[in-house]
Amino acid sequence: MVVLRNGVPQPNEWVRVADDAALPEGAKAIVSLERWQAEREILRQRNTAIGVSLKSDQSPLLLADDLDHLSLVALEFPKFTDGRAFSYARVLRDRLGYRGEIRAVGQVLRDQYLFMTRVGIDTIEPPAEKRVEGYAEALKEFSVFYQPTNDRRETALRLRHGLDKVATAAE
Amino acid sequence: MYRYDQFDATFVRERTEQFRGQVARRLAGELTEEEFRPLRLKNGLYLQLHAYMLRVAIPYGELSSKQMRKLAFIARRYDKGYGHFTTRQNIQYNWPRLDDVPDLLAHLAEVEMHAIQTSGNCIRNVTADHLAGVIPDEVDDPRVWGEIIRQWSTLHPEFSYLPRKFKIAVIGTDTDRAAMRTHDIGLKIVRNDAGEMGFAFYTGGGQGRTPIIGPLVKGFVAKEDLLSYLDATLRVYNMHGRRDNIYKARIKILVQSLGAEEFGRQVEEEWLRIKDTVLKLPEAEVARIRSYFAPPAYETLPAYIPEFEAKKKADADFGRWVRANTDVHKVDGYTAVSISLKPVGAAPGDATADQMDVMADLSDAYSFGEIRVTHRQNIVLPNVRKQDLFDLWTKLKAVGLAEPNIGFVSDIIACPGLDYCNLANARSIPVAQRLSRRFSDPKRLSDIGELRLNISGCINACGHHHVGHIGILGVDKKGEEFYQVTLGGSSAEDISIGKILGPAFSYDQITDAIETVIDTYIDLRSEPSERFIDTYRRVGIEPFKEKVYGSSKERRPAAE
Repeated sequence: MVVLRNGVPQPNEWVRVADDAALPEGAKAIVSLERWQAEREILRQRNTAIGVSLKSDQSPLLLADDLDHLSLVALEFPKFTDGRAFSYARVLRDRLGYRGEIRAVGQVLRDQYLFMTRVGIDTIEPPAEKRVEGYAEALKEFSVFYQPTNDRRETALRLRHGLDKVATAAE
Repeated sequence: MYRYDQFDATFVRERTEQFRGQVARRLAGELTEEEFRPLRLKNGLYLQLHAYMLRVAIPYGELSSKQMRKLAFIARRYDKGYGHFTTRQNIQYNWPRLDDVPDLLAHLAEVEMHAIQTSGNCIRNVTADHLAGVIPDEVDDPRVWGEIIRQWSTLHPEFSYLPRKFKIAVIGTDTDRAAMRTHDIGLKIVRNDAGEMGFAFYTGGGQGRTPIIGPLVKGFVAKEDLLSYLDATLRVYNMHGRRDNIYKARIKILVQSLGAEEFGRQVEEEWLRIKDTVLKLPEAEVARIRSYFAPPAYETLPAYIPEFEAKKKADADFGRWVRANTDVHKVDGYTAVSISLKPVGAAPGDATADQMDVMADLSDAYSFGEIRVTHRQNIVLPNVRKQDLFDLWTKLKAVGLAEPNIGFVSDIIACPGLDYCNLANARSIPVAQRLSRRFSDPKRLSDIGELRLNISGCINACGHHHVGHIGILGVDKKGEEFYQVTLGGSSAEDISIGKILGPAFSYDQITDAIETVIDTYIDLRSEPSERFIDTYRRVGIEPFKEKVYGSSKERRPAAE
């Protein structure tokens, strides 16, 4: 399976591990929140990167004290209409200051991909039956953005008032 | 009015092309109908009983004459020669073909219009007082803030897959002409004790099967904090609103289950974290947008115009129309004119392409080319000189647009009902038509006085029946249409939810039942100036019940 980063397919280095399966030796592993919470001490001792997957009813605030240990947080979209993870990504980035990889998994559709990149999601696992080229096209559909997020795309408002030049200096 | 700059124009063009691609992928089978559905809905395209329906956004209800002509063109070219103005100040077309819609949208983009977020579980097109900018005693012009909210909410990356739809309305006076507290967020522009302008947030109002009057969640949000407070509110809702049950997914349910105070606390906590970020609204942008809403070049005119006053006396029909269909204007010698889209026997809110063209021409001739759509499904020319009213009235009469019934019982709000809508249980339009024929005498109408009658064809309440002085709700009983009556609702500043009168009426009984209610009011009112709603509030529902159903209930209709 591939993952997409900036629309570009890449090999998936991460393995999602079921709660009752053994952790693969030497492989980057994504575990459930429940497993992380139950086995936190053991998992932290591993020398390989670890990630946690959050279901759409699991707030990232549950990981507030753990993020330093996590190289990846996966946000699940059980249905593409369930948009909670769009806010979770922003909470991870803006409120919790998370700088690791945020990945969207589940029913992740082409027409949501641009939004995902805007709220701080780095990589997505598109469903197997979908044409991956479409996802790259989706990122090019807009050149104008109205909302400031954390994705460094300048908003129409800031461009109108020349704030794009001012703010870089302030940062 | 607002004009697109290069950013807005590019954006709408890109959105049109994106939708063209989405339609092409649907037609090619690349998208399933399930996947396409939310995409088309977010662009105002519904699949109705007979065909697709496209809802076009009219942000905060303001149109130019040029835009109105384009709406007429679209009605002719892509519909059957008419359009339907809605309770959210939009217009819908009932007969476009799916493969025509991208071209239709490209036509709209030419006049700076679109169908973005007129449907779907996202932040819907924002509405406002239809007299914004022309009414006296306004704290500030809601259109300025409506435009700021329009841009902030347009394709919001975080809030495009909300638990349910999300509607925002803005008013700038104590008088509420926008049913502000029936919205997910109602914004009232206010001043604090220091004299600074800001917003009172009424969050969690709504109609539908659970009508709730939006509670005041925060009394004052400074204007530069508008977007951060909106962001915080939407974030709390997006994360915590229910997604397991479509009927419990609106923000009103979340606010009710937490309590307004706890909900407000959660929003506050989030807001304090983000209020001093890039979401803070720069004064320069407010000023830029405000400049588009600068008043037109009004003439200096006397408040009292003898010829006009004489005409009103000389021509009783004209006088009646002026009394019912004009509003006081902040500039002497001017008035805001309502064009009723409720002529006798018509479908409320419908206008033909020819009528749209006439309204556009008359707006150019008499109202600086400006037009408004009201949430009661009428049209307003906001800037007419009193001395021009007689000419305007004469021309409106010639095309059947001079019905003198604004605010009266035949100025009915009605949803499309079972004639068009696949959610409806009963027809709404024919009930409205029968009532408007029953109450067609202008003298009788003005004698009855202000009376808001609203009709919904199902419990989703698109026809605002809960907040009508008289509400009618269509229900299905074993395959037959029945109509339940509520009394005592209001969507204005004296907002209230109506109370059920009693057992429902059949399609053939409902007109008589409403007439009995109104005759009862005439008998009960303390004086002719006591409005229906005030009489109702004074005497309660019992006297109406007795008259309609009989004191011993022997005249009770067949259905329960």
